[in-house]
Amino acid sequence: MSRPLDLRGKGQLADKTFGALAIGAAALVLLILGMIAITMTNRALPVLRHMGLDFFTSSVWSEHDNQFGALPFIWGTIYTSVIAVVLAVPVSLGVALFITQIAPPWLKRPLVYLIDLLAVVPSVVFGLWGVLMLAPHLNRSFLTAGIILAIMIVPIITSLAREVIETTAQADKEAAYALGATRWEMINAAVIPHAKGGLVGAVMLGLGRAMGETIAAALVIGSSAQIVLSPFKSGDSMPAVIANQWGEASDLQKSALIGLAVTLFVMTIIVNLIASRIVQRSMRKSRGT
Amino acid sequence: MQQLVSALDLRPRRTWRTTKNTIMTVLLGAAVVAVAIPLVLVMVSVFAKGGSILFKSFPDFLTKDIPPTRAAGPGMGPAIVGTLMITGMATLIAVPLGVMGAIYLHEYGGQSKFAQLVRFLAMVMTGVPSIVMGLFIYVVWTLNFKLQGFGGALALACLMLPIVINASEQMLKLVPNGLREASYALGATKARTVLTIVLPAASSGIVSGSLLAVARAAGETAPLLFTIGATRVLNTSLFHGDDTALSARIFENAKEAVANAQERGWGAALALVLLTFTLTVVARVITAFATRRK
Repeated sequence: MSRPLDLRGKGQLADKTFGALAIGAAALVLLILGMIAITMTNRALPVLRHMGLDFFTSSVWSEHDNQFGALPFIWGTIYTSVIAVVLAVPVSLGVALFITQIAPPWLKRPLVYLIDLLAVVPSVVFGLWGVLMLAPHLNRSFLTAGIILAIMIVPIITSLAREVIETTAQADKEAAYALGATRWEMINAAVIPHAKGGLVGAVMLGLGRAMGETIAAALVIGSSAQIVLSPFKSGDSMPAVIANQWGEASDLQKSALIGLAVTLFVMTIIVNLIASRIVQRSMRKSRGT
Repeated sequence: MQQLVSALDLRPRRTWRTTKNTIMTVLLGAAVVAVAIPLVLVMVSVFAKGGSILFKSFPDFLTKDIPPTRAAGPGMGPAIVGTLMITGMATLIAVPLGVMGAIYLHEYGGQSKFAQLVRFLAMVMTGVPSIVMGLFIYVVWTLNFKLQGFGGALALACLMLPIVINASEQMLKLVPNGLREASYALGATKARTVLTIVLPAASSGIVSGSLLAVARAAGETAPLLFTIGATRVLNTSLFHGDDTALSARIFENAKEAVANAQERGWGAALALVLLTFTLTVVARVITAFATRRK
C-alpha cells in the first residue's frame, strides 16, 4: 500500500491527541476480548473447583444435586450445528452458483436483496416462527433446531461463497467453454476447483455462527439434557441452556452456565480461526502469490 | 457409415451432457426456491398474525403498557421505547469508537504489527456469540450497577464495535490518497485532514455500514436477557430500574402456551421486523445514492 506524501508540520497538540484517541479506540478491541477471557473464566472458577474436569466429561446436569456436567450441551451444540450446516451448505452453494453463473443480469440484484433480507430477520423472530408454526409438526428436537439454524446461516454462507466464486478468472471460464463444455461442466471444471478452499472456509464460518446462535435454538430444541443420536429427540445446546436456565439459577448454577459460555467462546473462536486461515490461504492462492 | 450419407449436422444435440446441464441448472434454481420458501413462510406468519393485532388496535399496540401474560389486548409501548433507546445508546457508543478504531487502522496503523493484531482481534470479536457478550456485560457491569437499560446498550455496543470497525475501514480504503496529499500540501495536520477531508469522503459508506450494524443489534435478544431485566410499564431511563425490549418480549411470549401472549408476540415480531427492514432499506438507499453520485 503506497502512503501519501507527507509534508505536514510536526508536533501540534490537537493532532497528537487525535492520534492517541484513535489508537485508544483500536486498543478497545484488545481490551474487551482480554476482559471477556479473564472476568468470565474467573466467574466460572467456582464450578470448576466443584466439579473438576468432570465439568467437561460428565453427562449429568442436575441443579438439585449440584451436579453440572457440560457434555450433553456440548453434544447438542455440535449436533445441531452439524445438522444446520448439512442442510444449509447445498442450498447456499446452489444459490451462490445460480446468482453468479446462471441468473440473467436483471435477476441478480433482486436475488442478492432476497438473501440480505433473510439475514436481517432477527433470530428471535425465526425462533417464534419455529416454536409456534414448525414445532407443532416436527416436535421440539435437534432436527427442528437444526432447520431453524440452517435458515439463519444460509445468508452468511451464500454471501461468502458468492465473493469467492466471483474471483474465478474470466479466462478460465472462457477456456472451458472454448473446449465445448456445457455450463455445468464449466462450473465443475473452472469455478469449483478455483473456489474450493474459500468455500470450505465459508462453511466453517457458517458452522461457527450456528454454534453461537442462542435464541432460536433455545425455543425449539426442547430443553432436555441428553446425548442421543436420533435427530427427532429433544435435546439442549450450550447457548440454549444458558438462556433458559439463567432466570432461576442458583449461584453455583450461574457459575456453571458462565462455564458453558466460556467453553462456547473457546469453541467458536477455534472454528472461526480455522475458517479465516482457510479463506486467507485460498485468497492468496487465487491471487497467485 | 451413416453420417457420410446424411447432411453434416452441427446443431447442438441433446446428449447426456446437455441433459445433465439442464438438470443441474434446474437444481441450482431449486436452491433459490428452497431459500425463498422459509423466508416467505416466516414473513406471511409475521405479517398475518402480527398485523391482525398491530393494525386492529392501532396505535394502542404501539403506545400502551404491556398487559399481564394471560390477559387479552394490545400493548407493546414500553418494549418499543426500550428497543429504540437501548439500540440508540448502543449506536452512540459503538459508532464513534468503531470509526475512530478504523481511522487508526487505516490512517495511522496501516500494516504495522499492532494494527494487524487489532484487525485480527476484530475478526475474532465478530465471531463471539451474542450470548457470551451478554454474560460478559452481566459480569463486569450488571453485577455492579443492577439491571438497567444501559447494560443492554453496552452489550449491543460490544457486538456492533467490530462490525463498524471493519465496515468503516473498507470505506476509508476507497478514499483516494490524492485527497490526503492535497490536504497535507495545504498545510493541514493529519487530524484535520482525517476529520475534514477523509471522513466526509467516506461518510455515506460509513453511515450505511453502521445502519446495517444497528439493524443487526436491534434484533438481538441474548445479550439483553442478563442485563436489562423485565418490566411491563414504560421506563424512560436507561440508568434506573428494569427495562424491556421488543426482542426480549418476543422471546418471553414465544415460551407461553397462552394464545393472548402469543398474539402479542407476533405483533412485537412485526414491529421489530418493520424496524430492522426500514434500517436496512435506508442503508441500501444511501449506498445507491452515493454510488450514483460518483
